[in-house]
Amino acid sequence: MRLNGRFGRFGGAFVPEILMPAIEQLEAAFLDSEEDPAFRAELDELLANYAGRPTPLTRCRNLPGRIYLKREDLLHGGAHKTNQVLGQALLARRMGKTRLIAETGAGQHGVATAIVGALFGFDTVIYMGAKDVERQSLNVFRMQLMGATVVPVTGGAQGLKDAINEALRDWSASFATTHYLLGTAAGPHPFPLMVRQFQRIIGKEARAQILEREGRLPDTVMACVGGGSNAIGLFADFVVDEAVTLVGVEAAGKGLDGGDHGATLLRGRPGILHGAETYVLQDEDGQISDSWSVSAGLDYPAVGPEHAHLKDSGRARYVGATDAEALSAFRLLAEKEGILCAFESAHALAHALKRARDNPDEMILVGLSGRGDKDVAQAQALLGRPA
Amino acid sequence: MSRYAAMFDRLAARGEGAFGAFLMLGDPDLDTSLGLLGAVIAAGADMIEVGIPFSDPVADGPVIQAAAQRSLAAGVRTADCFALIAKVRERNPHIPIGILTYANLVVARSRERFFDEAAAAGADSLLIADLPAFEAEPWAEAMRGAGLGPVLIAASNTPADTLVRIARLSQGYTYCVSRAGITGTHAEARFDPALVAALKAAGAPPPVFGFGISTPDHVRAALAAGAAGVICGSAIVDCAAGGGDVAALVRDLKQATGNDSAS
Ligand SMILES: Cc1ncc(COP(=O)(O)O)c(C=O)c1O
Repeated sequence: MRLNGRFGRFGGAFVPEILMPAIEQLEAAFLDSEEDPAFRAELDELLANYAGRPTPLTRCRNLPGRIYLKREDLLHGGAHKTNQVLGQALLARRMGKTRLIAETGAGQHGVATAIVGALFGFDTVIYMGAKDVERQSLNVFRMQLMGATVVPVTGGAQGLKDAINEALRDWSASFATTHYLLGTAAGPHPFPLMVRQFQRIIGKEARAQILEREGRLPDTVMACVGGGSNAIGLFADFVVDEAVTLVGVEAAGKGLDGGDHGATLLRGRPGILHGAETYVLQDEDGQISDSWSVSAGLDYPAVGPEHAHLKDSGRARYVGATDAEALSAFRLLAEKEGILCAFESAHALAHALKRARDNPDEMILVGLSGRGDKDVAQAQALLGRPA
Repeated sequence: MSRYAAMFDRLAARGEGAFGAFLMLGDPDLDTSLGLLGAVIAAGADMIEVGIPFSDPVADGPVIQAAAQRSLAAGVRTADCFALIAKVRERNPHIPIGILTYANLVVARSRERFFDEAAAAGADSLLIADLPAFEAEPWAEAMRGAGLGPVLIAASNTPADTLVRIARLSQGYTYCVSRAGITGTHAEARFDPALVAALKAAGAPPPVFGFGISTPDHVRAALAAGAAGVICGSAIVDCAAGGGDVAALVRDLKQATGNDSAS
């Protein structure tokens, strides 16, 4: 391994020895690709002409305050996930792998992986908790339409965490031919670093766009945090701008004081899960707790290690938004701006709206990580017919 | 002399390999588990390997996952596991006992406390399934400080420089995996003599094969590859879960560790 994979005291590579050669191969391929102009050129071409970058920066016209939205919802595939699956797919091809495996919660990352599987002709297998398979049958069908095989995972709580477990198990037998296309900036080194590098295009564009429009940097940059990929991608180019406040919004679920939330940084303790030392929701013995969020993408009991470091170093702040707050932000954005966003993204917006009410002059940049199509049926069930 | 060294010496003098039996502590409950441990020892296991159950065992196949789930569902906690080990130790002063678990259970207690409690319970070694040699240095040092032997995993695809590191950090025995993948009895085991030779050349503690050992032929093949012993896990756990004759299985497999056991 060329790097130690650490972000302060967090990160590392805590995987069975059998997987270390696969991780080393991936690290080497990734670091080499960063020095390879041809790789970058192909990725840039795909991001522009296949995925639709750059994405717009939209100033909200009717919401209170000065809120700008970075519109990853307009990316092909409907979320920021596409940025990094393109990068990892090119790496998989570079390593000569013929098969992709991935985990998915609601199906967003599974759909993104199916997209690159189809585009590059990989044999693609998506692990998905059996409960999620049932709840997200449309996304399952989308993946299948693009040629992926969806494998329901019946172990544990049958959610995202269990799908990651199963993907890691598959990979430890199949790494010779298979790339594990992990969906967020979590997991063992080099995933957190690599996924951040592929996602930092979000913040790079947004920083340039807001400088051009406003002639200055925003006061606050906000994004939702599940595993942490859209947030780290948005934050990365602002970390050096000390005057810019970085805020990650976790799922407070039914409330931070009960057990039904996904607020790992707010309520977890440092531990080791899925290959990284990071904050983890767990009991006293270290058994992993089940998380909860109305948005499947934030329903994960660990978090990317760089966020753990940004929290402990104080460079970023982390807060929670409840299911109810996210739903009302979702609805307000639809009513006032004509944008249906993902439930995940609605968590970031919910916190932005709180800030904007108190500080109407604050310039807030919100990462709108995905569009809400996948959540419309659930919204209908939860909100009923709008008045 | 450590219990592992004494055992390997004693068996070598008889021309036998070591037979290690794995069981999940607390599966399906603490009393049954204590009985099973007694049974595999009475049936001839030379060393035992005991799992402390973790909710998310990524290195384990369905059989051992299910065992961990049964134990956790019975309310078994880490402290209960140490107490169970202490009981086994009280009845069996000489048998080497190794713990197998996952890193998060260790850090949740703090490394020092976990290692001290394990050693105080009478365990000889600790294998952390998600702790590769790349991360193991400070852990292994703390284990040795607590009087616990660090056991690391080596595989056929482990690079030479990592094997040297594993040899340097390990105590007691070296856990060799017989194939890629997770624990379980289905995939084909491959006992790589080159791996055993490389470990021996690097001065590693005696290599013992695990993962997918379920028949006397597997045992013979592993020893023929130069290993000092084998560890059988899923086959025993599966047999116990199905109400099978665990003692008979262990006797059968132990039988195959003798040098006059040619089939
Ligand atoms: C639209 C959207 N936003 C956010 C997330 C959360 O993931 P991350 O924290 O990695 O950005 C997801 C995950 O599925 C998602 O689909």
